[in-house]
Amino acid sequence: MIRCLLLAAVLAILLAAPAARAVEPSERLADPALEARARAISQELRCLVCQNESIDESNAPLAHDLRLLVRKRLLAGDSDRQALDYIVARYGVFVLLDPPFTPATWLLWLGPPALLLAAGAVLASRVWRRRPEPPAALSADERARAERVLGERA
Amino acid sequence: VLIEIGHFALVLALLATAVQGIVPLVGAGVRNRALMDIARSAALLQFGLVAFAFATFIHAHIVSDFSVLNVFENSSLEKPMLYKVTGAWGSHEGSMMLWVFMLALFGALVAGFSRGLPASLRARTLAIQGLLGFGTLLFILATSNPFARLFPVPADGRDLNPLLQDPGLAFHPPFLYFGYVGFSICYSFAIAALIEGRVDAVWARWVRPWALTAWCGLTIGVAMGSWWAYYVLGWGGWWAWDPVENASFMPWLLGTALLHSAAAVEKRESLQRWTVLLAIMTFGMSLIGTFLVRSGVLTSVHSFALDPTRGVFILMLIGIVIGGGLLLYAWRAPALTAGSAFAPVSREGALVLNNLLLAAGMATVFLGTFYPLFAEVWSGVKLSVGPQYFDATFVPIVVPGLAAMTIGPVLAWRHGSLRGALRRLWPALVGAALAPLAVWALAPKSSWAALGGVALASWAMLGVLADLVDRAGLGHLPAATVWRRLCHLPRGTWGYAIAHFGVGVLIAGVTVSTAWKSERIETLRPGDTLAIAGRTLHFQGVDEGNFANYRFERADIIVDRPGVAPLSVHPERRFYPIAGSSTTNTSITTNGFGDLYLALGDADGKGGWVLRAYYNPLVPWVWFGALLAALGGVVSLSERRAQRQAIRVRAAPGVAAQAADPG
Repeated sequence: MIRCLLLAAVLAILLAAPAARAVEPSERLADPALEARARAISQELRCLVCQNESIDESNAPLAHDLRLLVRKRLLAGDSDRQALDYIVARYGVFVLLDPPFTPATWLLWLGPPALLLAAGAVLASRVWRRRPEPPAALSADERARAERVLGERA
Repeated sequence: VLIEIGHFALVLALLATAVQGIVPLVGAGVRNRALMDIARSAALLQFGLVAFAFATFIHAHIVSDFSVLNVFENSSLEKPMLYKVTGAWGSHEGSMMLWVFMLALFGALVAGFSRGLPASLRARTLAIQGLLGFGTLLFILATSNPFARLFPVPADGRDLNPLLQDPGLAFHPPFLYFGYVGFSICYSFAIAALIEGRVDAVWARWVRPWALTAWCGLTIGVAMGSWWAYYVLGWGGWWAWDPVENASFMPWLLGTALLHSAAAVEKRESLQRWTVLLAIMTFGMSLIGTFLVRSGVLTSVHSFALDPTRGVFILMLIGIVIGGGLLLYAWRAPALTAGSAFAPVSREGALVLNNLLLAAGMATVFLGTFYPLFAEVWSGVKLSVGPQYFDATFVPIVVPGLAAMTIGPVLAWRHGSLRGALRRLWPALVGAALAPLAVWALAPKSSWAALGGVALASWAMLGVLADLVDRAGLGHLPAATVWRRLCHLPRGTWGYAIAHFGVGVLIAGVTVSTAWKSERIETLRPGDTLAIAGRTLHFQGVDEGNFANYRFERADIIVDRPGVAPLSVHPERRFYPIAGSSTTNTSITTNGFGDLYLALGDADGKGGWVLRAYYNPLVPWVWFGALLAALGGVVSLSERRAQRQAIRVRAAPGVAAQAADPG
């Protein structure tokens, strides 16, 4: 009973994500090009304490800190890749919304195309094997009969 | 006492489902008509009992009976009446009640509207439906009792999660569950057909209306969910590939495939086995969708482990329903008659392609949704799968299907001609080539993806119009004949045309709103202005006050646009003290072609407020398109009613269903 209530309370806190979201004007970098890069990177980073939100969309304090961290790295002259690696080194691969292609994600990335190709090949071969003979052309006699019937209908 | 009577009714309903699930199956096995007919009365009785239990539960919410634990946890005295009613299905227990209510409702509908359905097929279908009800009721009574009491009775409740106190979310679950649960009928029909060993046009003619009905509900439900996310979450997005969204999208994808392959069974007696498999898997995905969302396993493995009883029960239920269905399929499907043959280029061929791509798309969504869970359980690796993954995998799979969607309906059954089809669609082909060029001329910096989306959307919409024009003979027949031909088009054709046109509208909305949205996020003080998408926003200030069960902060903004009268809008934030959380109430001004979307953010403590302003061009088309698709489904359904009535007039009931295939 108490456990249920506790669970409900935890869920309530998780669900009742605080209202307004996303990047704050005060965080913004003066250089628009750099800021655009920061926004793009932010969209690839997961807000670790939220449900499936990027730090660009979340207003959790942690997301705020990460947004500032990304901007700090960019100001320090990091490339996008370096900034992402810097964050991953601290928070783990979990922080990346776009999972990198590693042995742990081979199945994830190769699954859909492999499945599509395999299923497509099986279906195509079955359909191809079972295709019917194209209908034979009508003989003169059949044509005459068909025209008579169609003529009656019209 | 009403609560106890409701509880008791639920227990009786469990007994009714047990009878409904066993007796007719036995009866159909030994060909005993009386035993088979018990299915009907049991289904109606079960519906009556469940409906009564559900009504007592809603009543407890309406009168705020806090002696019921569920009411205490999800309601409060101050809550507006609308949300007292809809809050009944806002919790886990309540949503399970809604689910089982829908299940019983569909069972009762089949029981009531199945004159002419072969007796043994009806008995078996209702029996399977009864067994599904048995499993769900057992789950509710054993692990999620909505009627649990609380003593001492508290003076006030804890209030409903404020995010749910919203008209969009209030009516989203009924539509969604109507769709999810509607597919249970297709499942029951599929299992019954496997037991009977017969899948033919008669079977498909019974299944397809249910699939269509469920699909319409699910389409509206998914669209409402996305609309809700759009206006509540406050960042202008309408689809985030969130596990909860994916859970509703997966059955939708399979249901769409089912709808189309059932047409091939009905018209041509092809693809029977595949259709049966789809019927099983569509409902399987509905189950996974509902229950895994409810069990919390998608949110976090840890919240699942915290209270595993429900989760384990759910997994067993899903395992039995899907696993049992697939086992039966593996055993019996080879005995089904093989479908009639067709050429690769034919209506059937196009439907196979549609099914292949929709199923592969579904599998991709499934993989992306569950991969983090599997990876963590098996190898302990914690990883995230975000929108980038789905954009990169799902989109390339469905785009060819969307392009083929226009061609399929103009191909002949059995043996079609691609050249003939393209000749009929030439105006659309020209339009699909010109539209992206025109866009590129206006906006030379457009991305390839955006131009491709424009081409695809024009192709879909113009293709439907070109097909209608061709069917009506517009351009080479006199106007009166064209008009008569249009009026005599079957409603099924109108249904397809409206639905496919709707998909085109949806693609346009998705493409344009993604590629050309504008965003401004600024801190504003009273008197400041902000320019976005040709509009000037004059920020007047923020009012604060109390209303019903919340406190609000409401901005007053005047929107100025050349040539249009100024408009006053009020994006708002609400704080719900009892629930201890807040919501954003965005202000959305739409003209049907674009939304001005405003969300009020935090105060900076120095008299300024953060305002998030977005202009989302064509975003309403996302929902218009989905609604058109659902409308197409309804129009198609209306044909079946008309047809059946016509048959009933001509033939005695009972013969009606067996009448020769008109297609």
